[in-house]
Amino acid sequence: MTDLAPPASSQGTEPPPVSGQEPVPTPGSAQETAPPGARPGSPVDRDTSVIAIEPDRIKIDIQNLDFFYGKSHALKAVSMSVAHNAVTAMIGPSGCGKSTLLRTLNRMYGLYPGQKATGKIVFDGEDILGSRINLSLLRARIGMVFQKPTPFPMSIHDNVAFGVRLYENLGRADMNDRVEDSLRRAALWDEVKDKLHTSGLGLSGGQQQRLCVARCIAVRPEVLLLDEPTSALDPISSAKLEETVTQLKADYTIVIVTHNLGQAARLSDYTAFMYLGELVEFGETGSMFTKPVTGRASDYITGRFG
Amino acid sequence: MEHTVRAYDAELDAITAELARMGGLAEAEVADAIRSIADQELGLAEAVIERDARLDAMEADIQQKAIRLIALRQPVADDLRRTVAAIKISGDLERCGDLAKNIAKRALAIAESEPLTPVTSSIERMGELVALRLKEVLDALATREVDRAISVWMLDHEIDEHYDAIFRELLTYMMGDPRMITACAHLLFVAKNLERIGDHATNIAETLHYEITGVPLTDERPKSDALEHHDR
Repeated sequence: MTDLAPPASSQGTEPPPVSGQEPVPTPGSAQETAPPGARPGSPVDRDTSVIAIEPDRIKIDIQNLDFFYGKSHALKAVSMSVAHNAVTAMIGPSGCGKSTLLRTLNRMYGLYPGQKATGKIVFDGEDILGSRINLSLLRARIGMVFQKPTPFPMSIHDNVAFGVRLYENLGRADMNDRVEDSLRRAALWDEVKDKLHTSGLGLSGGQQQRLCVARCIAVRPEVLLLDEPTSALDPISSAKLEETVTQLKADYTIVIVTHNLGQAARLSDYTAFMYLGELVEFGETGSMFTKPVTGRASDYITGRFG
Repeated sequence: MEHTVRAYDAELDAITAELARMGGLAEAEVADAIRSIADQELGLAEAVIERDARLDAMEADIQQKAIRLIALRQPVADDLRRTVAAIKISGDLERCGDLAKNIAKRALAIAESEPLTPVTSSIERMGELVALRLKEVLDALATREVDRAISVWMLDHEIDEHYDAIFRELLTYMMGDPRMITACAHLLFVAKNLERIGDHATNIAETLHYEITGVPLTDERPKSDALEHHDR
């Protein structure tokens, strides 16, 4: 699973140090700082802007998170909340830290030496950065789908059943139900119901990606992390996956990293814009794409970035 | 800052430039229509009527360019607001042109009746005020000054008050001399058209405010309701 490696651009491209400008997170209030060089006369005049989610809607609360790849400081004092039963999109140029942030949410980074996170990620009241957390249980509750489809070299049915067998002991009928339910939720059932026992590798790229989504949701996670799930898919497959995500929102909390701004706008309820490891703007997607508050987010989404 | 894709800037700028030209033409149409009534200049009235087709064509052109830009570039944030604002403002300007054309047509009709010097002078004053508001809001559009747009929006009640006064004045003339009824009825429509041009100027101010700030202009403003009972 090569796409677990840290983004190459974040290695050795240490951005200039920011001298303690990061706002101290205050839960329950928006953090705003005036920029040093705001564009005169522009309504877009804040340096950073992070909205607060109402406490009873927070599924994951990221507090003052810093992340290091060795000496490279990849995330800087990131504080934001992920709302439950909503889609949160992460956007930003390559190397901005959005994939890194996604990988801290299920401690995927722990697989690599020299990577370190400080701060807190509170998931249902528990800090998942703490050492007492059971990682395999955590990853069953917070599932992840990667950029490239990664079906196992086994049948479609077994691909979906594989993860379930690690955590649950289901009878044949129950397992078949679980597989069908997962494939239906991933909007793949109708296309594969007659060939469940053929290899998952024989599916098209878009079908393979939805198979990975089915495999992920088969273990009944609470949170789905999607790392550029449609970047390798054609427009029709992308649309089907987007429809799947929209359907899944009713039962899951979803965080999606995407380079496709249109996709972020279409799919998400909240959007986070990151730049050089900093969370620049976090707000409702409707506001972000009609009236961004910070100059940097505005320049990025309108295609004016330097 | 410029877009990474420079053709995008060129397309947005083309829409803005066309809108500025359209604003200039609409302003001239309204000013000339008022002059044609006030000075009984029939040649000017005919010119206003003839030029209206150009405003219609410009509106169609701006809307087509904006729709094409939305389809091909998927503008967001300020680019999106600018594009949608161009569609709305071009619609307001086109309506201003139609109303100016209607005023010019009535100038031709009135010319066939008795001289109406005392009445046309109040129409002229109202016309000058409306033309000034339209010019103000188009200047605000060109210079992107939100404050000037807000002042046009705040002052719309002055135009309404003029309309109210002219309405009473014309009723008095019609009661005094039935031979003036035809001309006065035309002048009533002229005053109503001017009042509507003023409304389009405030619409443009609202659109411009949203385009620049991203916030709709919805607060209460002074409004003359004196005519509500027999106007609507």
